Amino acid sequence: MSSSSNSPSTRIPDAAWRKRRTWKEAIYVLEIIRGLGITMRHLIHNILHMSDMPTMQYPDQKRVYSSRFRGRHRLMHREDGSPRCVACMMCSTVCPADCIDIVAAEHPDPAIEKYPDTFTIDLLRCVYCGLCEEACPCDAIRMDTGIYEIVADKREKFVVNKEFLMDHTRGPEL
Amino acid sequence: MIPALEILAKIGFMLAVILGFLPLLIWAERKGSAFIQDRTGPNRANVLGLRLGGLVHPIADVLKLLFKEDFRPAQAHRALYTLAPFIIMTVALTTYAVVPFGDYLEIAGRRIPLVVADLNVGILYVLAIASLGTYGVVMAGWASNNKYSFLGGVRSSAQMISYEISMGLALMGLLLIFSTFRLPEIVAGQGELLFGFLPKWGIVVQPLGALLFLVAAFAETNRNPFDLPEGESEIVAGFHLEYSAMKFALFFMAEYCNLTVASMLIVTLFFGGWQIPWLPRPVLEANAGTLLPVLLGVTAALCLWIALSFFRRAGRERGRYGDARDREPGFLGLVFGLVGVGLLASFAAQPWAIGPAGASLFASLMQVGAFVGKVAFFCWFFIWVRWTLPRFRYDQLMSLGWKVMLPLALANLVVTAVVIALVDGGIR
Repeated sequence: MSSSSNSPSTRIPDAAWRKRRTWKEAIYVLEIIRGLGITMRHLIHNILHMSDMPTMQYPDQKRVYSSRFRGRHRLMHREDGSPRCVACMMCSTVCPADCIDIVAAEHPDPAIEKYPDTFTIDLLRCVYCGLCEEACPCDAIRMDTGIYEIVADKREKFVVNKEFLMDHTRGPEL
Repeated sequence: MIPALEILAKIGFMLAVILGFLPLLIWAERKGSAFIQDRTGPNRANVLGLRLGGLVHPIADVLKLLFKEDFRPAQAHRALYTLAPFIIMTVALTTYAVVPFGDYLEIAGRRIPLVVADLNVGILYVLAIASLGTYGVVMAGWASNNKYSFLGGVRSSAQMISYEISMGLALMGLLLIFSTFRLPEIVAGQGELLFGFLPKWGIVVQPLGALLFLVAAFAETNRNPFDLPEGESEIVAGFHLEYSAMKFALFFMAEYCNLTVASMLIVTLFFGGWQIPWLPRPVLEANAGTLLPVLLGVTAALCLWIALSFFRRAGRERGRYGDARDREPGFLGLVFGLVGVGLLASFAAQPWAIGPAGASLFASLMQVGAFVGKVAFFCWFFIWVRWTLPRFRYDQLMSLGWKVMLPLALANLVVTAVVIALVDGGIR
């Protein structure tokens, strides 16, 4: 065998098996009947216990994820409804996919300093790593919506803005 | 005029069986493979909420294929490319002509043998026509002007040549025993009992021949473990790679037609054809008055039981989906219930007081039913084996064909001939 030098792991079991196999295995037929028995057992079991099937009927049934699952982002509010974000750029700096774009503006309240004039996330670039959540000093960005069906018919729709992210009532539609 | 109509009716019956098996086989293949592999299989397509466990999917598939673009590669050979699927389909729908699907039917004093063409070279006809199918595969492979298709076609021709020899030789032993080429006579010969209790089926008198023929039949129909011409993991889809729309559908349908025809041949040659073991025709006719009511009663009870379980399921799963699919169990229960009640109502016609003409008809229908049932089992067997065994490697295929099957078939032939010569036609 010419390929013996680079793939010993595939050669040895095969050669050993050829020496070791009994006459029952060598005539194939008995082993084929055994194999047919195995497949028939699966078939009958699955017909009789249809509800045990591990398949999940996806649009009708949905898997329940952990509460720590990182889904689509949302921006948190202050008590007056304005964004909690102070436009410190921590999240957009730490983002490995460079998907967060913030334009800061001066806040009228001198105690707050800045607020995001625009805050957009490109959901197609996002890798859902959760570093933005961790970097945020004000707990303004969270990924706890549990939404994982991020689907749209245009690329532009995946770039979501501040209003979208602050509307906590939105479903999976972009 | 009447003989022509009879032949047309018989052709119609066989076509109905083969083409009627098509969607059922596709369904059995998809659903059966799913259950074997612990999946659910097709269950989405529905007509007014009726899914029938995935049986609607073949209709959806055919509709899709009808409306697809009929694509032809730019460098393909026009005539051969178009002709190939037709050749395959024609061959698939020609072989059954000599297969007897019943003994005879007696209507108004006319005795109609239930075989389309009772050729005196029946088996030779089968072998000759079946090997023509290779031309379709080779032409498709060559005309597509695609290296994968070409490889598929070449593989197919090599495989056919290798396995046809074993196939023919495996049959020779059977021909020696029944000493006829006519399929109806072979089936009639299998109705006798060996040593008074064993049906003299081909598999009983020729076990090795039956095994070899079975394996060769798998190879001839290009089914797994011998589906090297398709070999989707190596040569994409083989000979039908470049085909789309209804031309592809013809290849697809021809595969299942070939499968049905191969099952018919296996049943006819080795599993007694239309014979019901231990129930020859005279016994069937004499006991028609008992058998018919029992059969009706059992079927009716079965239908009613199925109907009941559907109704229970309808109650259990009320509002499960929230759309038309919720109506399905109730509807199916209603259908099965009506069939069961209809069968019970047929007792009003006094099936136990069946006349001699009716008894003859009953016996004929029972035998046709036995044939169709056996064919259905072997069709399932083809599917079952496909989802059990892996595909052969090409060198394994060739060494099995030439180094194992051919010597075994020859040995089988020699031993059979010697035994028959020694016993001087003892079991003939």
